[in-house]
Amino acid sequence: MSDKIDGLTAGGIAKAVSGRRLTAFEAVETSLARIAAHDKILNSFTDVTADRARARAKAIDAAIAAGKPAGPLAGVPFAVKNLFDVAGLPTRAGSRINRDLPLAPRDAALVERMEAAGAVLVGALNMGEYAYDFTGENVHDGPSRNPHDPTRMTGGSSGGSGSAVGGALVPIALGSDTNGSIRVPSSFCGIFGLKPTYGRLSRARSYPFVASFDHLGPFARSVKDLALAYDAMQGPDADDAACTTRPVEPCLPSLAEGIGGLRVAIAGGYFQKNAFPEALEAVARVAKALGATRMVELPEAARARAAAFIITTTEGASLHLDRLRKRAGDFDPAVRDRLIAGAMIPAPYVDKAQKFRRWYRAKVLELFRSVDVILAPATPCTAPKLGQQTLELDGVELPLRPNIGIHTQPISFVGLPVAAVPVPLQPMPIGVQVISAPWREDIALRVAFALEQMGVAAAPAPRGL
Amino acid sequence: MADHLDDYIDAVASAMALPVEDAWRPAVRANLEVSLRLARLVDEFPLPDETEPAGIYSA
Repeated sequence: MSDKIDGLTAGGIAKAVSGRRLTAFEAVETSLARIAAHDKILNSFTDVTADRARARAKAIDAAIAAGKPAGPLAGVPFAVKNLFDVAGLPTRAGSRINRDLPLAPRDAALVERMEAAGAVLVGALNMGEYAYDFTGENVHDGPSRNPHDPTRMTGGSSGGSGSAVGGALVPIALGSDTNGSIRVPSSFCGIFGLKPTYGRLSRARSYPFVASFDHLGPFARSVKDLALAYDAMQGPDADDAACTTRPVEPCLPSLAEGIGGLRVAIAGGYFQKNAFPEALEAVARVAKALGATRMVELPEAARARAAAFIITTTEGASLHLDRLRKRAGDFDPAVRDRLIAGAMIPAPYVDKAQKFRRWYRAKVLELFRSVDVILAPATPCTAPKLGQQTLELDGVELPLRPNIGIHTQPISFVGLPVAAVPVPLQPMPIGVQVISAPWREDIALRVAFALEQMGVAAAPAPRGL
Repeated sequence: MADHLDDYIDAVASAMALPVEDAWRPAVRANLEVSLRLARLVDEFPLPDETEPAGIYSA
């Protein structure tokens, strides 16, 4: 992939653009050319906003030529999961039904913040219908495909985000994570992903799924790029009821502070039992590099996952109840049948799940008094084949789809920040969750950066293109 | 139990005006069985009566 931005990170592009060694227009054209060349295979984009991107890039170049300050992401092409509002597009959220919505009048808050930092939106990305998915498959738009082996899944539901960044079509993408939808595609596609603390980044003008658990966050091919994007998107927003009023807490300045003094532990029990050897190998490599030997138990993790499952299926059903009545035939059948079942869960079970969440949160916070970081697999396996229906875990054949997220659900259930770091195993990469206490994204990113510097974590060049 | 669950699906679908076509029923039922199994796993965990749910509302 030898072209104008070959080998450049998002930070490198921004530096070159602000130093006038590269224009934003050239950076954007290069990304558009990569999309044209490779997205027939990857199927990661559902909309390419080429005209808008070219106009925006020209405006950035003109501003720089006029001596105006360039943003920290000047000229950096990025794309967003198609549940983010993009002015002029219907926010399809992976569905057929939403294509009938009026065109979005304004960009999502995070798109505006990325562009305020100089980044340039080049399109919207494929995703599982209504984000109720861990595979990256979509019956309406076709599956997004894994950049390291196009016969394999990207993971979901932010499948296009994983594929576009893993395939180096764009250096940064945004996605959402309700139960694992940033961390799973990061793992399968071999890239870095950040699921921040619940409430950290504004969800304003993005299409929801489960209000209790919905998070938005970035994907990138390096930790510095992840931090650049994350820092650009922080800040309160009254348009999202769950968004924190905490001030911006930039992570980029502390990335290289190292891991000295940090107490790192490995998640035991539940997180060691339900995993293929490659998932445990990846955790072991990361633990060894960090000198971590202590095992800790997240209490009642299986029950936490169960409670997350119940809250997800019922809040999802509530969101789509009317569409289930009026347009049931237009859903992905698998999503429809899960949502209908979700509508039938008795309310006391949901209340109990939210009470259990309170209990579990207290126990997890207690754990973080004696550790700073917990390591766990991001997925139980490397990317399965497209269309695969089952996987065998601990000798038991289980349905694949719900079990891809068994290691991510107990973590997002209580909104902990996680940097998903890719371990470049052969033939397929796999991710590890670097989990920190609420509001300590800085620690998770510092550890991820140290792992990248040590060569233990890296986003491999796309192997399947 | 099997019949009870089918009866339950019929009753709730009717009460909530949710369509469940015959072709969908096995998958809806399978999903409901998994969900109820997981819900019972949470339900059987003893919690003090005073436990607050983890909602995010603040006045």
